[in-house]
Amino acid sequence: MAVPGLLGKKLGMTQVFAEDGSVIPVTVLKAGPCVVVQRKTKDNDGYEAVQLGLVEFIKPKRVNKPETGHLKKNNIPPLRFLREICLADAKEEAKAGDKVLVEQLFKANDRVDVIGTSKGRGWAGFVRRHHFRGGAASHGSMFHRAPGSIGASSFPSRVWPGQRMAGQMGTDRVTARNVKVVQVDADEHLLLVKGAVPGANGGYVIIRRTKKAAKRSKR
Amino acid sequence: MSAIEKVTRAQLRAPVPGFRPGDSVRVHVKIKEGDKTRVQPFEGVVIARRGRAVQETFTVRKVSFGIGVERIFPLHSPIIESIEVLRSGRVRRAKLYYLRGKKGKKATRIKEAFAETAAPEVETPAGQ
Repeated sequence: MAVPGLLGKKLGMTQVFAEDGSVIPVTVLKAGPCVVVQRKTKDNDGYEAVQLGLVEFIKPKRVNKPETGHLKKNNIPPLRFLREICLADAKEEAKAGDKVLVEQLFKANDRVDVIGTSKGRGWAGFVRRHHFRGGAASHGSMFHRAPGSIGASSFPSRVWPGQRMAGQMGTDRVTARNVKVVQVDADEHLLLVKGAVPGANGGYVIIRRTKKAAKRSKR
Repeated sequence: MSAIEKVTRAQLRAPVPGFRPGDSVRVHVKIKEGDKTRVQPFEGVVIARRGRAVQETFTVRKVSFGIGVERIFPLHSPIIESIEVLRSGRVRRAKLYYLRGKKGKKATRIKEAFAETAAPEVETPAGQ
């Protein structure tokens, strides 16, 4: 295996039938093709990683000059989405300009992690953001969706750090771990994974070999 | 055609069976027993069809020993071997849930539709 993951795009959800007729909900991901933009080494950068780029069309003028120059070093056309993936062991090797395709990395029934940016919910209150219960709507209740006590008067007489409060919800980096691969379509560069994946349709995702299963097998 | 359509198109039954709510059908269902599969028919009136493309399902209702039995089938499910249309019914609703409240003759009797108004089989699943 060349690199432990690749970049992709969430296209949307649908369903596929298993042989026994059961329905599997799947997310269709456009997985690659990717190109290795840069090889980061311990000597040079302090860690081992590859920088990948998702190959898709983008107008050259939409990419700024430093990035264009960075890509030009290896004669790579302008790219929109670049991310680094760590190389854990020595077997994983790649050099700049290498192509990374989905069928090289994954097959059906493999487990992957899918990292995406969750849908933004804006500034959300306690009930929505932290599933606080809130109060009764009626029967004379004057306590509806307020947080309640956040720090009592005598002790601690202050608010503990980390107290859950209202605030921005969503647009976070979220990892869906240990997601099962249902199908790989090499021609269309598609990866079908079981269940949902963070983010909106059209959102960019990083797909990597799962770290969870690797841990479990060591035990 | 979007990538999602391409993924699902391979699973569609072709041609898409043409039947409507009100029609009586016999659905041949594959049943797995151990390592053997056999085919069991389920016969009744189609009381609903819903969904699009690969997600389309239909509901078949029959009255078995005085008990109403309904089964919801995914139209494109691989466990359905074939769907036979026995009678075309003339009904004025898309969903015949009112049959659930009917007893005796009223629950079973649906006027026949004229042949030319019966639902045609759809040749290309792409039209979905």
